[in-house]
Amino acid sequence: MLRIAASGDWTIAHLSAADGELRSLTAGPVKAGRAVIDFSGIARFDTSSAAVLERTARLLEEKGLRVEFEGVSEPQRRLLDKIDTYGTPDTSKAPPAPFYIELVERIGVTTREIGEEARGMLGFIGTVVSAIGRTAANPRRFRLVPFVHHMEKSGFDALPLVCLLTFLIGAVVAQQGAVQLRQFGAEVFTVNLIAIIFLREVGLLLTAIIVAGRSGSAFTAEIGSMKMREEIDAMRALGLDPMEMLVIPRVAALTVTLPLLTFIADLMGLLGGGVVVFFMLDMSPGVYMSRVQEAVDFWTIAVGLIKAPFMAAVIALVGCRAGLSVTGSAESVGAMTTRSVVRSIFLVIILDALFAMFFTAVGI
Amino acid sequence: MAQKGEPIIEVEGLMTRFGDHVIHEDLDLTVNRGEVIGIVGGSGTGKSVLLRTILGLKKPDAGRIRVFGIDLAELPEEERRLHERRWGVLFQDGALFSALTIAENIQVPYREHLHLSQELMDELAAIKIAMVGLRPTAASLYPSELSGGMRKRAGLARALALDPEILFLDEPTAGLDPIGAAAFDDLINELKEALGLTVFLVTHDLDTLHATCDRIAVLAEKHVILVGTIDDMLRSDHPWIHEYFHGPRARAALAGK
Repeated sequence: MLRIAASGDWTIAHLSAADGELRSLTAGPVKAGRAVIDFSGIARFDTSSAAVLERTARLLEEKGLRVEFEGVSEPQRRLLDKIDTYGTPDTSKAPPAPFYIELVERIGVTTREIGEEARGMLGFIGTVVSAIGRTAANPRRFRLVPFVHHMEKSGFDALPLVCLLTFLIGAVVAQQGAVQLRQFGAEVFTVNLIAIIFLREVGLLLTAIIVAGRSGSAFTAEIGSMKMREEIDAMRALGLDPMEMLVIPRVAALTVTLPLLTFIADLMGLLGGGVVVFFMLDMSPGVYMSRVQEAVDFWTIAVGLIKAPFMAAVIALVGCRAGLSVTGSAESVGAMTTRSVVRSIFLVIILDALFAMFFTAVGI
Repeated sequence: MAQKGEPIIEVEGLMTRFGDHVIHEDLDLTVNRGEVIGIVGGSGTGKSVLLRTILGLKKPDAGRIRVFGIDLAELPEEERRLHERRWGVLFQDGALFSALTIAENIQVPYREHLHLSQELMDELAAIKIAMVGLRPTAASLYPSELSGGMRKRAGLARALALDPEILFLDEPTAGLDPIGAAAFDDLINELKEALGLTVFLVTHDLDTLHATCDRIAVLAEKHVILVGTIDDMLRSDHPWIHEYFHGPRARAALAGK
């Protein structure tokens, strides 16, 4: 006969050791016959212990033993009966797929997601364009107040940051350029380097990335939390168009402000470069300015500024769409905000590369 | 084992306030071991604040709160944590950790406070899931994949993880459909019977009060104005209590008994 005498506190805090012993008991070979589990020594008892003892009894019964409980008090009996009604808990988990299958699956899932996302984005652009069409047909429906509000928030308020960063980058580019070009005795061309690199590429790229991080994320978070609180649904139910109320003002505001910010960023970059050139190369501001004038023509500035509204539209559209794709939970807002920033910076750089190819093709 | 009927929560002369806004003043309340006490009161009378204050989530501005006969606020952090494991809390929307599955949510207290094998934790989580009436498949789901009623049940399973002596429920049936709410009432009764729980229940739901509570405490005018059974409530002539327990909804709930 097998006799299991339980004593002391049978609560979850002390269960670990007992569980191990009982497990090894039921896993090993046992002699057939009678088994008794003696409860009389138990001081405190809880559901977890009841579950463990019930399981032990069940496993012993499966091995052909007759199991009896002895000395069970009334509350313990109630608990055991309760646990018994739940039967064997199924804790088995599906075995993980082999890694190569998982790899293929992930590639497949991601590819499909990219395809769906591209379709969704295209659809969203279509919706926005048609909303812009409606607004253009009836200009009084354009929301002027949010438009100005977003110009201030994403444009004017970004000025200090944009100015400081572009000034510093301008200075760094000039300093590095001067050090390298000095080896050829061509340090005067530092001015050309700064002027062309900033006006064509860096001024805009830097500004676009700052704005994507500052305003793109803000758009997603604002619209996303409205979506989460069902405010977007409320708008629709009240017969208001969220495109008209939320998306168009933001897209329009950014499209107007990003070129302006870029222009200021260009100036600050030139200023930063000028300061370095003044101290490192002893070039007077007057000479610096006339050399800048020689280095650039109308198209150098135009190439930078033409790209700005397109990038602004991309940032705003990506931001707004990510916000509108938020689903119920709060972490979804966070995930979408991250995704919106990553995606808009990615697209800004892709767009820049496409423009570079285009401008090379047309010869500017 | 402590005796049934002895005081398990004692609140004496409690005052809480937010800034100048006094929520409770001179509030006394005793909850006895093994009973289900319902806390009722109009919106803004501080029912949830009282619950949070007893849990130590808000500091009382005056007065004493003893749980298990001990003033927890006076204990050092370590010892207080030990006692806090002796109660379970179900917050209004379950307050499940959204990054974890239901089974992992239930296992959080095991993982933090005890050293159990994963096998045993899975088994215990499955038992708790069955106990609150969820399907076994719910174990591997995330909270966002569950309905409101299921989230509450899962929250209750987590609250029960360490076999608490006291169960705090904050509006457990709010937002549930009548069938779900009735099932939840049954569940509370069943668990109280099987586990010998003391239940501290904040609710608006008259049906729940009728179905589960041994005693009811009415919060109004910044303190507990009456503690007693449903019959005591029905006999009271305090205008708010009368209105509450004799209103059209109350009559319907009583008629259903």
